[in-house]
Amino acid sequence: MGRKALILGKVVLVTGVARRLGGRFVRRIQREPDVERVIGVDAVPPEHHLGGADFVRADIRHPTIGKLLAEYGAHTVVHMDINGTPLGARGNRTSVKETNVIGTMQLLGACQKAPSVQRLVVKSSTNVYGSAPRDPAVFSETTPPKSLPSGGFAKDTVEVEGYVRGFARRRPDVAVCVLRFANILGPCADSPLAEYFALPVLPTVIGYDPRLQFVHEKDAIEVLRIAASEPRRSTLNSGTFNIAGDGVLLLSQAARRLGRPTLPLLLPTLRWARTALRSLGITDFSPEQIRLLTHGRVVATNQMRETLGFEPEHTTAGALADYAHSRGPGLLPPETLARTIDRLAALLPAGAQT
Amino acid sequence: MADAKVIPFGEEPRSRRKVPRLGRGGRSQGSLKPVPQQRDEEPEDPQTAAAAVPPLPPGSPKPAPGSGDWERKLAHGLSFLRRRITGDYEVDDFGYDHDLTEQVLMSLLRPLSDKYFRVEVKGIENIPDSGGALVVANHSGVLPLDGLMLQVAVHDHHPAQRHLRLLAADLVFVLPVINELARKAGHTLACAEDAQLLLERGEVVGVMPEGFKGIGKPFSERYKLQRFGRGGFVSTALRAGAPIVPCSIVGAEEIYPMVGNSKTLARLLGLPYFPITPTFPLLGPLGAVPLPTKWTVQFGEPIPTDGYPPEAADDPMLMFNLTDQVRETIQHTLYKLLVQRRSVFF
Repeated sequence: MGRKALILGKVVLVTGVARRLGGRFVRRIQREPDVERVIGVDAVPPEHHLGGADFVRADIRHPTIGKLLAEYGAHTVVHMDINGTPLGARGNRTSVKETNVIGTMQLLGACQKAPSVQRLVVKSSTNVYGSAPRDPAVFSETTPPKSLPSGGFAKDTVEVEGYVRGFARRRPDVAVCVLRFANILGPCADSPLAEYFALPVLPTVIGYDPRLQFVHEKDAIEVLRIAASEPRRSTLNSGTFNIAGDGVLLLSQAARRLGRPTLPLLLPTLRWARTALRSLGITDFSPEQIRLLTHGRVVATNQMRETLGFEPEHTTAGALADYAHSRGPGLLPPETLARTIDRLAALLPAGAQT
Repeated sequence: MADAKVIPFGEEPRSRRKVPRLGRGGRSQGSLKPVPQQRDEEPEDPQTAAAAVPPLPPGSPKPAPGSGDWERKLAHGLSFLRRRITGDYEVDDFGYDHDLTEQVLMSLLRPLSDKYFRVEVKGIENIPDSGGALVVANHSGVLPLDGLMLQVAVHDHHPAQRHLRLLAADLVFVLPVINELARKAGHTLACAEDAQLLLERGEVVGVMPEGFKGIGKPFSERYKLQRFGRGGFVSTALRAGAPIVPCSIVGAEEIYPMVGNSKTLARLLGLPYFPITPTFPLLGPLGAVPLPTKWTVQFGEPIPTDGYPPEAADDPMLMFNLTDQVRETIQHTLYKLLVQRRSVFF
């Protein structure tokens, strides 16, 4: 079976291709030499083109996905349909949760019955660690969270990873790779944090300055490609890996670099602000995002470097800079502020400059 | 209260307190072998002590006074401001903001350390110039000022200007504002993961294993070391192969003499203890001003941990022995320092 697939080239099935990241990954994976065919699956048709990939409109919450897997004889399944926010304005939290949890269950059940599947890649999130003041400062892949996320997307990811572990036990012949992504940023990322940073004034929690880590969307695509391919020499691409760019930025620091003023609010006020913003249809930040903006989260990436053999091209600061560049200046562009201060410094007598 | 009998033995008679400094210095030289005499010409009078510029170590960030000084200061301040408002500074994984700590937080704490508590630092050479080390200190004084003063002491007196990374209680990271400042000053949660990561990165880590038991103990039990947790700090140091530097702090016990502990209020507020001092709830915020006691910080000889096999970190007997060794060292040094101390305030 494996030999046949190898000769003919692999069939890769990707879920969640209606999202921009999914679409970009589909276009990227087609260029791989050993990939013969790419099947993109989503419940809604994508607005962007998928290159030469076949799009199949199917809802992963329904058993039709099993038929699809068998029909196309998929060798690699890349499950990217795990999201914190609904796609477009129509979806709601309930359907997102169903797609995340029930969809993953259906997909894994189908994979278990499909002998052709040899590799499974799951796009998870560092949300699984939760965000609590009593947690260690840096999470490694083995750190158990002190307080399990009580709801929302964070709980979804915990449950999804639980099902994936169960699947890995039942199908030991399948290489399973779980990638826990930090917040994905970039010119066209549509992650919840990207929406948050697009606000003209950033509401923050008073008295807290969380540590944040970002991963550039290009790096996200690249690491997904590595996980979906045969492992390179002396690397291993099955297991669980934290994916994040180098370095850490504080929220206040990120806001200054973006040139966006912050509005420190008390925690209850922030919840009202959230309701107001949601009813206006501007953005929505979930309770776990408020927790992230309160306590922050930093993950260790040694496993990503040493075992997976992946070096991100962009640092956390680099990803933010690229994002800022694509979004245009905020209300307080750092360049303008720096120029003002330089002008002030120029007023000082010569020789005083250090 | 100020002259309360602290230690059952070695208490100096009142008349001897007034003996000139010279004699005291000579005796301390005899009784404390590993400690070099650091400042033997320290002024006797507290007024002059407060007025005189405290001796700064070489390479201290304070600029020398001179003409045109304010211009340089202003330029320096502007360049700092430029970095801050454009976000052009680095923080590490733990949220330690070197720029802010060096320029602002240390400058705020320095007067408290140099002028108010007049911290005398001994044995700073016991902290290595590079590589990881675990400084284990006693904890006292209701509010964790001793940790902050220890951080200033290590930074200002060590020739390599090392930054002490303190391990703080989880309560610190629950409180708003406090958690933000603590992280920016380089503190992190007291857990084995963080401590080990910091030691592996070659940082000097400060830990106060007594925790709330030490800081919230009644005034009558001052300078009696409490239980040292479960000795987790020893196994962390062993795993990282970092030397343990025992540290004794004298003077912090008397800043807030805790004569009572309102357990009901503490439970209501979710605090580990609610202190009642002769001044605190009585005088309101004025009662929260610490007493200006004279502090001594003594670093002891480092206890090497790199000679043990890797499995030693899981040997409970070795853990207990090493923990006891560290604890005894600190307790004995505390007694010695108390014997040498002339008064609580001078």
